[in-house]
Amino acid sequence: MSNTGPDAITGPTPDNAIRQADIAEKEAAGGDAAHAGPVLAADGTPLKQSLNRALRRQKLRALALIAPLLVFILVTFIAPIADMLFRSVENEIVEETLPRTIKVLEDWDGQGVPGEPAFEALAYDLMIAAELKNHTRLGSRLNYETTGVSSLFRKSGRRVDDIGEVYADQFIALDPAWEEPATWIALMAAPGWSAGEGEIPAAFEMRDGVAEVLPRTADMYGAFADVIRTEDEESVADEEPWNIVYEALYRDLSENPEAAIAFDGENAARLAAAAEAVPGFETTTMSEIFIDIDKDWGSNNTWGTIEAFSSRYTSGYFLASADYQLTPDGIERQPEDQQIYGLLFQRTLFMSMTIMISCVLLGYPVAFLLSNLPMRTSNLLMILVLLPFWTSLLVRTSAWKVLLQQQGVINDILVWIGLVADDNRLELINNQTGTIIAMTHILLPFMILPLYSVMKTIPPSYVRAAKSLGATDWTAFWRVYFPQSVPGIGAGCILVFILSIGYYITPELVGGTTGTFISNRIAYHISSSLNWGLAAALGTILLAVVLVLYWIYDRIVGIDNVSLG
Amino acid sequence: MASTNTAKAFVEFERVQKSYDGETLVVKDLNLSIGKGEFLTMLGPSGSGKTTCLMMLAGFETATHGEIRLDGKEINNIPPHKRGIGMVFQNYALFPHMTVAENLAFPLEVRKIGKSEREKKIARALDMVQMGDFGGRRPAQLSGGQQQRIALARALVFEPELVLMDEPLGALDKQLRETLQFEITKLAHDLGITVVYVTHDQTEALTMSDRVAVFDDGRIQQLAAPDELYERPQNSFVAQFIGENNTLDGRIKELTGTTCVVELESGEEIDAVPVNVSNVGDRTLVSIRPERVEINPDLGPTAHTLNAEVLEFIYMGDVFRTRLRVAGRDDFIVKTRNRADQVRLTPGQKVKIGWLPEDCRALDA
Ligand SMILES: Nc1ncnc2c1ncn2[C@@H]1O[C@H](COP(=O)(O)OP(=O)(O)OP(=O)(O)O)[C@@H](O)[C@H]1O
Ligand SMILES: [Mg+2]
Repeated sequence: MSNTGPDAITGPTPDNAIRQADIAEKEAAGGDAAHAGPVLAADGTPLKQSLNRALRRQKLRALALIAPLLVFILVTFIAPIADMLFRSVENEIVEETLPRTIKVLEDWDGQGVPGEPAFEALAYDLMIAAELKNHTRLGSRLNYETTGVSSLFRKSGRRVDDIGEVYADQFIALDPAWEEPATWIALMAAPGWSAGEGEIPAAFEMRDGVAEVLPRTADMYGAFADVIRTEDEESVADEEPWNIVYEALYRDLSENPEAAIAFDGENAARLAAAAEAVPGFETTTMSEIFIDIDKDWGSNNTWGTIEAFSSRYTSGYFLASADYQLTPDGIERQPEDQQIYGLLFQRTLFMSMTIMISCVLLGYPVAFLLSNLPMRTSNLLMILVLLPFWTSLLVRTSAWKVLLQQQGVINDILVWIGLVADDNRLELINNQTGTIIAMTHILLPFMILPLYSVMKTIPPSYVRAAKSLGATDWTAFWRVYFPQSVPGIGAGCILVFILSIGYYITPELVGGTTGTFISNRIAYHISSSLNWGLAAALGTILLAVVLVLYWIYDRIVGIDNVSLG
Repeated sequence: MASTNTAKAFVEFERVQKSYDGETLVVKDLNLSIGKGEFLTMLGPSGSGKTTCLMMLAGFETATHGEIRLDGKEINNIPPHKRGIGMVFQNYALFPHMTVAENLAFPLEVRKIGKSEREKKIARALDMVQMGDFGGRRPAQLSGGQQQRIALARALVFEPELVLMDEPLGALDKQLRETLQFEITKLAHDLGITVVYVTHDQTEALTMSDRVAVFDDGRIQQLAAPDELYERPQNSFVAQFIGENNTLDGRIKELTGTTCVVELESGEEIDAVPVNVSNVGDRTLVSIRPERVEINPDLGPTAHTLNAEVLEFIYMGDVFRTRLRVAGRDDFIVKTRNRADQVRLTPGQKVKIGWLPEDCRALDA
């Protein structure tokens, strides 16, 4: 009667049309040599060309249809993942905040404390960073690697203002004009540049030649001008330069007085006078100042950390994720008591597996029942399976708290039955048991649904055939039914495993300290410690682990053996 | 109802009833006995309860009432896997995750038959259905007809004495179906197995079976050999269901033992054999096969003839098929053999038709 098998359709269904078009295309491509010339369409254009044109329009239309989704996925899925991968190695903040220091440290041998130039560069960098309020961010970044750096930077940032005050005072004492912004503008700015009194001027332009004569001063004054303009939105015409600019000027003049004397720009005379006077100035040592601010600046560890993390990209986050650390002396294992991530990864995998297995054990019979009941009953029961989806996750998780706690319903019942002594109630929550119970419950529908949809497609005639061939109920199930339901198990397992490996609300609420997942740690780094790089590295590792497991699964079970129905 | 071969009944249904929902009877009072080695076909329209009967015999449905016996033993309460009945399903039901050879090995494995023995039997069964080279394939790599052969081989490999087939050829094209019909009957005959075969293709039923049970509405309407069924239908359902058939409404006018005269609604009279009419004045449905009708017959002076008008004349190669208006109905079909001397009628032509009284059967209305 019903002989409409798939083979029976021979007419031009859309699929067939495409298939035929494909064949035509292949023939057109491969068959040219055999034919004398290309096959021509009715209007004389080569057939292949007109076919391509026809198909191109189709393809474009199809593309236009999926374009919104494609864009959506790119923006919300691909881009964040790419960003995460990038963040896990990205380390530009050190180089961006301390460019001068990093440059000086390139020549440092890593022994003891670097020399005066390093401190000097640090003072310049820190002054700018403090004005831009970047130094605390850098402090937090380096604090992930060495504790105490954060407060070191904050403290230093507060006091960096005063560095160079000694020189400022002496210059002003020498010639009060040094206090005037106008003097500085006249000395440093290009002749055409206008400070634009009272309003925000155009970007600062350095006078030609100044940078050769007064390299540090030009550098710092330029930075000063930029900061005033962009951060404070004021004009340098109204601002006395930072103390550090006087320090820079002092260094420049004492290092190369001849050049300053030979300088022929505006204010050349004043500069020459200053150059003459500088050797008599009272001086300070930058390293002393810093070590005075915080003695940590005199520690090899601080400088080692800055140097170790000076490159734009770092493996530091990944090392940290694997319980290693990047120290000035190379890669080292974290101290015993701080090795948490390896343990957490193991625990996450182990618990996800456990949850997955308990979901299979609980879900398989339910799905089997559902798929064998009459439609009406099974629909009703299906609603019960889906019911949890209509309840808030938090409510469900909290319900488990009520049920599982030591004075909770389940313990009460066990005590009442006499299975458990009253003074020895089971600890079912705030540990791994709690997480496994609650997560199994929450993820169960994700196992049941694919199982059900696969089982629904297994015709009962297979089991009947097996029985008619002499198989007992169990043999018929195990040898005939079960193998055909494996794709459903596969799909359910992948779903449940991947969902649970990244779950974090439930473990957070019922997991206590021993039942939390790596994702809880990631969440902590994202929202509390703000160590996004580490969070990204952990996330990347998690992603890689999932992909590897997926690959293994594909090798063992075969991914085409997964069916959602 | 059926009482042939009762001496050595192999399968027996006795007063079997079946209801799925407790409200309607799907099978009503089924009595049937099938002899050993017999090829019995259950034929009937969709929903008439054929599959249900088969499933009760196989053990997948329980009879609501009555007894089913196999080889003299009651099997109502024996689970399917202990009945030792081979079965071929309409959708083949070959296990998709096993190769052909594994499919065939399955019934032998569950019977704990040793490996060498098993392989011998599998090879023999595959050869039997001419599929010897296909042992390593998966069912999905076979065509429909090949799958059906394998299903057959699997049902036979453990040498059951009784094999049930539920529309095994339903999904195949005509030509393949005919080949397999022939092969199945030949195999069944050679192996001496008893076959209960379900189909709703009457040609299949007539060509393959020793006896055919015509089902309708949960009852066996007639159980008889194919020729008997075709030529001597017991009631109007069978007459109309099997083969092409002309029917005329009328009343019994005279009734004398083996013949009767029927007065049609048009007032014309015809001769017929009374089959299930008992009284003069009863309404009746007269049934006559198209190939038994003669046009402008020469039947002797006493025979009744009817006036007819040709409506359509169809050339069909071996036969001519003529549609006539007879006694107020315009679906009367006459088939005449294509002979050299056969006159070809033209639409509108007026003719007389007639037949031998024994070819015309007066059935229940
Ligand atoms: N599992 C079932 N539950 C309820 N009613 C059923 C069930 N199986 C069959 N029926 C009903 O029993 C009647 C007989 O069905 P059965 O399958 O025996 O018909 P069949 O003669 O095999 O028809 P077909 O030729 O279409 O296969 C039908 O009316 C059908 O609706
Ligand atoms: Mg049926």
